[in-house]
Amino acid sequence: MDAPTAASVLAARNLTRKVSSPEGTLTILDDIDLDIGRGESVAVIGPSGAGKSTLLALLAGLDSPSEGEVWLDGQALTGLDEDGRAALRAGRVGFVFQSFHLVPSLTALENVMLPLELAGQSEARAAAESVLDRVGLTPRRRHYPRQLSGGERQRVAIARAFVGQPLVLFADEPTGNLDAETGSRVADLLFSLNDESGTTLVLVTHEERLADRCDRALRLRSGRLV
Amino acid sequence: MTAAGFALRNVIRNLRAGDLWVLTAAVAVAVAAMTAVGFFTDRVSRAVDIRSAEVLAADLVVNSKRLITPDYQDRARELGLDTASATSFPSVVLAGDSSALADVEAVSAGYPLRGELKTSVSLDDVAGVTTALPAPGEAWADAKLLARLDADVGAEIALGSIRLRVTGVLRYRPDQGWSFVDLAPTLLINEADVPATGLVLPGSRVSYRQLFAGAPDDIVTLRDFVESRLEPGESLRDLGDAGPEIRTALERAHRFLRLAALVGSLLAAVAIAMAARRHASRQVETVALMKCFGARQGFVLRVMMAELAILAACAGLIGVLLGYLSQLGLSALLAELAGADLPTPGWGPVAGGFLMAGLVMAGFALPLLAPLKRVPPLRVLRHDLPGPRPSALFAYGGAGAAIFALLLWQVGDLRLTAWVATGFLVAAGGLMVIGGALVWLATRIRGTAGAPWRYAVASLARRGGESVVQVVAFGLGIMVLLLLTVVRNDLMDEWRATLPERAPNRFLINIQPHEAEAVESFLGERGAETRLVPLVRARLSAIKDRPVAEIDFPTLRGKRLADREGNLSWSSTLQDDNEIVAGRWWDDDPLPGEVSVEADFARDAGIGLGDRLDFNVAGETFSAEVTSLRTVQWDSFKPNFFMLFSPGTLEVYPRTHIGSLFVDDSRDQTVLELVRRFPSVTVIDIEAVIGQVRRVMDQAAIAVQYVFLFAIAAGIVVLLAVVESGRDERLFESALLRAMGAKRRQILASTAIEFGLLGALSGLLAAGGALAAGWLLADRVFRLEFNGSPWLWATGTLAGLIVVGVSGLLATRRVLDQPPMAVLRRF
Ligand SMILES: Nc1ncnc2c1ncn2[C@@H]1O[C@H](COP(=O)(O)OP(=O)(O)O)[C@@H](O)[C@H]1O
Ligand SMILES: [Mg+2]
Repeated sequence: MDAPTAASVLAARNLTRKVSSPEGTLTILDDIDLDIGRGESVAVIGPSGAGKSTLLALLAGLDSPSEGEVWLDGQALTGLDEDGRAALRAGRVGFVFQSFHLVPSLTALENVMLPLELAGQSEARAAAESVLDRVGLTPRRRHYPRQLSGGERQRVAIARAFVGQPLVLFADEPTGNLDAETGSRVADLLFSLNDESGTTLVLVTHEERLADRCDRALRLRSGRLV
Repeated sequence: MTAAGFALRNVIRNLRAGDLWVLTAAVAVAVAAMTAVGFFTDRVSRAVDIRSAEVLAADLVVNSKRLITPDYQDRARELGLDTASATSFPSVVLAGDSSALADVEAVSAGYPLRGELKTSVSLDDVAGVTTALPAPGEAWADAKLLARLDADVGAEIALGSIRLRVTGVLRYRPDQGWSFVDLAPTLLINEADVPATGLVLPGSRVSYRQLFAGAPDDIVTLRDFVESRLEPGESLRDLGDAGPEIRTALERAHRFLRLAALVGSLLAAVAIAMAARRHASRQVETVALMKCFGARQGFVLRVMMAELAILAACAGLIGVLLGYLSQLGLSALLAELAGADLPTPGWGPVAGGFLMAGLVMAGFALPLLAPLKRVPPLRVLRHDLPGPRPSALFAYGGAGAAIFALLLWQVGDLRLTAWVATGFLVAAGGLMVIGGALVWLATRIRGTAGAPWRYAVASLARRGGESVVQVVAFGLGIMVLLLLTVVRNDLMDEWRATLPERAPNRFLINIQPHEAEAVESFLGERGAETRLVPLVRARLSAIKDRPVAEIDFPTLRGKRLADREGNLSWSSTLQDDNEIVAGRWWDDDPLPGEVSVEADFARDAGIGLGDRLDFNVAGETFSAEVTSLRTVQWDSFKPNFFMLFSPGTLEVYPRTHIGSLFVDDSRDQTVLELVRRFPSVTVIDIEAVIGQVRRVMDQAAIAVQYVFLFAIAAGIVVLLAVVESGRDERLFESALLRAMGAKRRQILASTAIEFGLLGALSGLLAAGGALAAGWLLADRVFRLEFNGSPWLWATGTLAGLIVVGVSGLLATRRVLDQPPMAVLRRF
């Protein structure tokens, strides 16, 4: 496959991840190539244990591959150290996790402000309040995560992901911990915000229904794209 | 945003959310305990100093053979110090046909500045404290002087060209001093009468004393002022020159206080370490998240450090305030105890409190938090990834260095600090090893008992590493508390036992060699056994062939002690209140020409093992080689010597014998008979000095009790911190168990068993540690006997079982009072 084009926000070539285990080396991702264009929404779908989260981590620069190369916003991640990758992520990347990952000692509003504060933005509060309003949680903005339901927590997480107007949003099973009804409402919110902002979305899921709502789907099985 | 700004917000948010309080509280209590102890010991030891200043009747005395320049007094007035003066000279006093030699003490108003005079209205009357002085034209005479003059109160005496009326019997003056040199009895008169006596003329044997007393800082200022202007023939005396008996007692008292303070701060340190561990483990997820959002390692580290700095400042402030308040409460009682105005607390402990807060944070929290910068961001996806382990060297090195710096700064006593710190580290290591082994053992015995037991033991075993940490923390906490109990009871008792009820309270001096045996048997027959020891007065003339006059002595005390006529003695056996610390004693084969030197004196005078010392006795010289150094328990009140010679060295020189004995009221008769039978023998009453040492002991005992209270407070924080450290997990587990249908009682039983086991285990280990530490302290630091009570094993185990078990239960109860759902939802 050729080198990535300038049009792709996210690209991977020959991406491989191996881990050593007592039973020998385990290949959990095997020779993945992909290109994701600006504003595209892409689902990574596969059964549990297929390597979806591993792929997401590599694409977001949270982990480094055993082999292969990743480009984020045109810059190669390989060769960057952890700080370099963090700097690349700052202001460019948002996350939504299966288990929410809100900071328990921060209120809903403060959780949303966190990425902006870390990026040194001065208008953090106003921006956070407006996004929180957009996800319908203004009345709960002073509540701590433990005082919120799962659906509400994920809505806070979505607000937090979008508040920095990231280039790419990574979502790892965002509805995995929610009941079907809440899950679909959270998904609606995610997609509509994504449409409004034109963010590139990488959505990891094992649910076909969710994958269907993306522009395209990459199927992962035992560490390979099929 | 800057790291500091982010950190500040984070701290405020964390506090508001109810986190970080344990860590803040631990640091605040540590600082409070330490500053209170600092304020307190500072004030007590100053009070004790004031008490012991009685020996000088002042805090500072200038002595001179000539009139003392008024400059010193002017400066003292400027500083707001109290002053008084005294002139003393020997003179013959006449009463009717009798005459006797007296030491005339002419004093000014205000004398004595420290301590009190005791007088009686007649020879048969009991002594009472007085604040008055003889008016001009009056005199107070020593009972012995009146006896020699065959006079009583009311008599008229002649002193030089004036006549004085005796209006009282002088029973005691604080600076009467006592030495093995016989002094003439005192006649106390008013300074105003001195010129008229016509006895003080150029060339007469007069000595002048200028006395000063007041705030310690001002005294130091004055001492520096005087020292720089001291003229030949003038000398300075301050507390450091108090008799070795008082010095030893004071030093021990200070050590006891410092030890209690030390141990309290160590406890607090354990609490902080535990709280910091919990804080660090709770921060892992947040740091991973921050890194996901693009935070760099350097930023994370700066945030961690800034957070700690902010916390240290807040906790330091709270702690200092608390510390100040708690010592205020004690000062009322202390003022009474000290019998003098307590000096106001200085700013030292305040600065110290903040410094301490910073130091403990840097030492205990930073090594745990700094490695968090290495948390892999991947942890947001894979929770099983191990959190970063603090590098052992960094963590333990940092904590160790912080402890040591802290203690050394707190205590300023390298020997005590080194022993305590070493003991603490060894104990922590031992606890870790044994705790690990016992927890391992616990995993083997699971399943052999009922359900709550099984669950409790399984729970201990499953949290292996965490359990070991808890055993170590609980163990150190209990050990420190037991150690304090040991110190407070056994060691303090042992110290008091060195000064038994029947400690010698009379010295017999001036016993002629030919009378020595007769005196011994005279006293023996009357049931007052005493061992007389020989005494030769001599002057040290050279050390290693260098004349004493040319030597630059390491300390002023060394110079003073070396450059004067000293008391020498010899012995073939070593008294049991002496201990050889270097070289060896001439047990079996004493050679003439060996000398054993008291260790502190040797240090102060720069004398070492193997040095040749030259002495001058009545115009003749002889030399001896230093073959051993000795420590002396001066407060045993037996005759003791800086320099002790091997038999065969001193016998040829003129000597007298001295001895000590205990005299109670019933045996007063014996002393009278002794003096009548051997008129040349002088009996010196040292009851007053003994009383002073006893008072120092009593004060130290009370002070240590109070410091003990602070240590208990620190101990409670340790308990809280340890229980708190495992709480999150415990909350979750017991909620889970209840969700699965466990009954309240079952969970309580299981928790009680788990904590009880943990506590009993820690308590048992702690008892061993406390006994070992107590023995070490007694032997190495306090030089006292130590007979640790075997009950400590039982006390320790039981205390651990109950205290830890109950605190665990209390913590769990809170969980059980909430519906399990509420607890589960927190995660
Ligand atoms: N560091 C690792 N060590 C061992 N096994 C791993 C590691 N990371 C991932 N795996 C394994 O790789 C497989 C893929 O994991 P993951 O990417 O989390 O799958 P998915 O998100 O699709 O459920 C799983 O079997 C997982 O256990
Ligand atoms: Mg996954």
